[in-house]
Order: sequence, then C-alpha cells, then structure tokens
Amino acid sequence: MSHAEPKNVVAPKTFGVLAEFGSPAEVYHAAEKVRDAGYKRWDVHSPFPIHGIETAMGIGDSKLGWIALFCAFAGAFGGFGLQYWIHNFAYPLLIGGKPMVAYPAYVPVTFEPGILFTAFGCLLGMLVLNGLPRLYHALFKSENFKKFSDNSFFISLEARDPKFSVENAKALLSSVGGRNIEVVED
Amino acid sequence: MILSRDDDPAQRPVLVETGSFHEVTEIIASPTERKIHFSWVILFCLSVSLMSLMAALFGYLFWEGTGIWGVNVPSAWGWAIVNFVWWIGIGHAGTLISAILFLFRQRWRTAINRFAEAMTIFAVMCAGVFPAFHVGRIWVVYYIFPLPNQMSAWPNTRSPLFWDVFAISTYFTVSLLFWYMGLIPDLATLRDRATTNVRKIVTGIFALGWRGSARHWQNYERAYLILAAISTPLVLSVHSIVSFDFAASKVPGWHTTIFPPYFVAGAVFSGFALVANLLIIAREVFGLKKVVRLHHLENMNKFILLTGSLVGYAYSMELFIAWYSGNIYERFAFWHRALGTYWWSYFIMVSCNVIAPQLFWIRKIRRHIWITFVICIFVNIGMWFERFVIVITLHADFLPSSWGYYRPTWVDIWTYVGTFGLFGTFFLLFLKFLPQLAIAEVKGAMPEANPHFHPNSESH
Repeated sequence: MSHAEPKNVVAPKTFGVLAEFGSPAEVYHAAEKVRDAGYKRWDVHSPFPIHGIETAMGIGDSKLGWIALFCAFAGAFGGFGLQYWIHNFAYPLLIGGKPMVAYPAYVPVTFEPGILFTAFGCLLGMLVLNGLPRLYHALFKSENFKKFSDNSFFISLEARDPKFSVENAKALLSSVGGRNIEVVED
Repeated sequence: MILSRDDDPAQRPVLVETGSFHEVTEIIASPTERKIHFSWVILFCLSVSLMSLMAALFGYLFWEGTGIWGVNVPSAWGWAIVNFVWWIGIGHAGTLISAILFLFRQRWRTAINRFAEAMTIFAVMCAGVFPAFHVGRIWVVYYIFPLPNQMSAWPNTRSPLFWDVFAISTYFTVSLLFWYMGLIPDLATLRDRATTNVRKIVTGIFALGWRGSARHWQNYERAYLILAAISTPLVLSVHSIVSFDFAASKVPGWHTTIFPPYFVAGAVFSGFALVANLLIIAREVFGLKKVVRLHHLENMNKFILLTGSLVGYAYSMELFIAWYSGNIYERFAFWHRALGTYWWSYFIMVSCNVIAPQLFWIRKIRRHIWITFVICIFVNIGMWFERFVIVITLHADFLPSSWGYYRPTWVDIWTYVGTFGLFGTFFLLFLKFLPQLAIAEVKGAMPEANPHFHPNSESH
C-alpha cells in the first residue's frame, strides 16, 4: 500500500548551525569573533561556566539579583507581618507580660522566611530567565552535541538572527576554527 | 601539565590529578552506570531494616505514648532531643562547605561539596523525626505551624520552639534547593551518557533540558552565588536558634549567652568529622582518589582542629563564667556536670572533643587516613555526649526531692540506631544513582578550564 503524500507537510525549518571547539580558549576566542561579526541570536555551550565568556560574547549582566532581592523583601515582610497580625489581631495572647509587638522576638521568623523566599526566587528565577524546564530543543537532535556535557565546547548560530544565512554561518564558524560544522533542523 | 607532588611545599597542590575533562566525567559518572554491587545490596538491606525498625518504634510510640521512652520529670528532654541536636549539628557541614568555602573561593571544596550537601539533607531528615514525635500527640503536630485551625488559635511566635520550626524547615528546604541546583548540569551529563531508556527518561526529566548555554550559565552562576550568600547567615542562624531552645529557658547551665556561637562551632566540628568519615570510605570503595585527594582530607582536618579548639575554649569559658558569676545555682550546675552523677559523660565529652583533635597539630597524623578516620569517629561520639551532658543537666532541677537518674529505655536506643538506617538508606541511594562529586564544578576548577590557559607554556 502506498502512502498518499500529506498535503500540509511543512518542510523542516533550519534551527541554526552548530560548530564544535576543543578547549575553553578556542571557544572563547571564537566567541569574540562571532560577537564582532555582529550576531545577536547565538550561544556558546560548555560543560562548565567559562570565566569571562559573557564579555567575549558581549552579553549584559544577569537580572537574577533583582528577582532575589524582591523575594527577600517579600519573605521578610511576610514573616514579620504574620507575627504582627497573629499577636495584634488574630489571637492576642498575653504570655509572661511580654509586649504584643515584641519585635526583637520577631527577628528569627522575619529572617528565615526572607531566606526561604530568596532561595526559591534564585532557583525558580534562574529557570524562568533561562526558559527551562524545556525538555525538547532542536540542538538535542545533534548526536555530536551530547559531548557538550563532557569535554566539548560548541557555538550555535540561530536562524532567527537577521544576519543569518546557512552559507555565511558555516563560513564564519569554520573561519574561527570550528570543527564538525552541521546544520541543525528544528 | 605539571603534576605537583603532595609533599612538595614549593608547589600549590593541584586539585585534580588529571588534565582531561573526559577523565573527570568518567571517574565521577561511571560509578552510577555500573551494575549494582552485591555489597551495596547487603548494606542497603541492612539500612532499610534499621529504617523499618525506626518506623515500627515510632508506631509503638504513636500507640502507647512517650511513656515508653526514658523521659520523666524533671528530665523531660531525653535522648530524643540529644539525637535531634546531634543530627542537626552534623547537617551543618554541608552548607558550610557549599556556601562559606564558595564565598571564600576555596576551590578545593569541589571535591567534597556534593557529598557534604547530600549528607546535610539526610542528617536534617534524621533530626526532624525526633522533635516531630517528641511532641507526644503527633496527630496534632500541625499546631506548631501557623495554620488556620478549628480552634482559631495561633502559635506564640515569640517562643524559641516556634523559631525552631521555621529554622529547621527553612534549612532543609534551602539545602535541598541548593543541592538540586548543583545537580542540574551533572544530571545533564548523565542524560547525555545514558544508554537505557529508563535512564534517558529519568535523567532527562530531572536535568530540565539543560544545554550548557553560556547565557544560562550566567544566570546559574548568579543564582548559585546568591544562594551561597544567603546560606551563610542561614547556617549560622539555624544552630543559634536551636541553642535558643536551651538558652532562652531559665535553667541554670542552659541560660548562657555563649550558647549560639558554641553550638555553631560544635555543629561544624561534628559535621566535618562525619563528612571525613564517609569520604574516606567512599574514595576507597568508588576509586575517587584522583579527585578527592589527601590534600583535601588534610584541609578538613585543619578545620576539625580549629573548631575542636573553639569548642574546648567554650567549655573552659563556661566553667570560668559559672565560677566568676558568683551565682550558686550556676556554679552548682557546672560542678555537677563535670564531677556529679554523670561525670563519666563529661569525661567522654572532653577527651573526645578537646583532646583527640589536638593530635591534628601533627602533620603526619593529619595526613594519615586511618588515624583521621578514628579521630573523626571519636569526635562524633564526643559531640553526641556534649548534647547529652547539656540535656541531662535537667535531672537535678530546682527541687532536690525530684532529682533522679535518667536512663534510656530500649526504645530510645533502638530508635536512635534506626535513624542510622534512615540516613544510610538515602545515602546509599545517593551514592549509587547520583554523581558523588560535582562534575561541572570539578572541571571548572581545573587549570585547563581557564580560557587563558596554554598547555605548553611554562609561565602559566
């Protein structure tokens, strides 16, 4: 039995071009050249964070600190407010003549929720900023890319970039020393 | 590259005895992929049996009430609180190693941090069961949380016992988040090496689709830095708050301002000792000697020496202040601790905590694996007795007619032994199924990871 050709088949879209590098130094210098070539939608993939790579890539500072700061204040105010509300509104209970607004005694339960909220803010904020969890990604189609978590370093130039064309990207990556250059389909 | 020898003081010791990232992956990831060894199964069965024993004894307690423990009035806090403080103290080394050493850029910590963090989480679990069941009526344990309830009652937030609930639960949660965050890149390594479908799916889900992007690493490193920065005051606060359970009461021998720093030093002391014990066994069994080096164990021993000396200083200062205060009840409490009914526990405490670690002044002993092992065991015994000495101060309270001799029952003893089963079960699962060392961090600490590293240059 022969299959009829489905009508609305979409031709595979190109995700981008991937190139492999052998060491942090190689990928660092290659990143500087890709940055200078004016690419915006591209990335470096490495098994560990490379010191100073954000300068080589020309990307700005992380915004995570602001998220963490907001969470810290939310937690601390929440903790203090909870105690204030309990002792002054919900259940005023006189114990040993202690004042209801015994703010020195409120310190531990102001501090601990502040820390707790900050910790959640750090982990979840990191995931949100990074667009994770995202179990599917076009790069995972490349068998060679699996080495990124072992001992290889990669640069991926994405088709979303206005400067992107497969030929240019391949030429740029090979001129900066990339090996095993491949086109990745989305 | 140059491999410096450990006994050559002219050269800074290298952290990892290899120049290859791939070898690091192999050393750390391959133990999780090997077939399960028979000895692991034996140990696991033993741990699960002990854990079941603990569960059964808690069931018995649930049925019968706290009368089956040795606690009485005035010794209302018996082994349960001793064990609680001992386990939670052990749990402090993990965060100390992860956070404080991270902030001080002590990169040798990469060899031990994953291990210590795992130990922290499991130790806090063991600690948590004791106060939970010590409340007596476990079915209304939710009273301690600020939850709306049928009585419209709320807890007294000005009490140290309430602070304790927040400190311990925050500490457990933050340690777990910190640990998991460190695991994400390493789970991606396991995912990319996985050969079976089950491994691919499980590691794939928990790795959250990590793809080592530099943009992601930037946020990741910032998150890690902030977590380390907040965990440092957290770890100091937790044991301080635990010590408030004692210090904020009006019992002679407990009502002292030295308790918070002294508890924290003791916690770090026992935590480092247990990390050293577990690490010594694991590096022999799993072949981690290239990454967990003698140099790392020596550094830990220096910490044990430092914190042991701090603890010794605290003991002598306690005695001095008791005498100097001129308060007869305070004087009696300390005289009775050292020379009274329970003199033998004070004796064990001092010899294990103060005298034994002083041997680490000698370099040969610091670098001798099995002497280190024995001293660390002594430290943990000593720290258990320290908490016993403090808690048992209660047995001679304000009214001499109610003084008595506290002794644990068989239930107390086997519940404590059972918590080792709880700890062992989780720790063995961790050893077998997760990377025991932080793969990405070990690689990042190698000289080859520096983008300005030149393999054939003498000057670098």
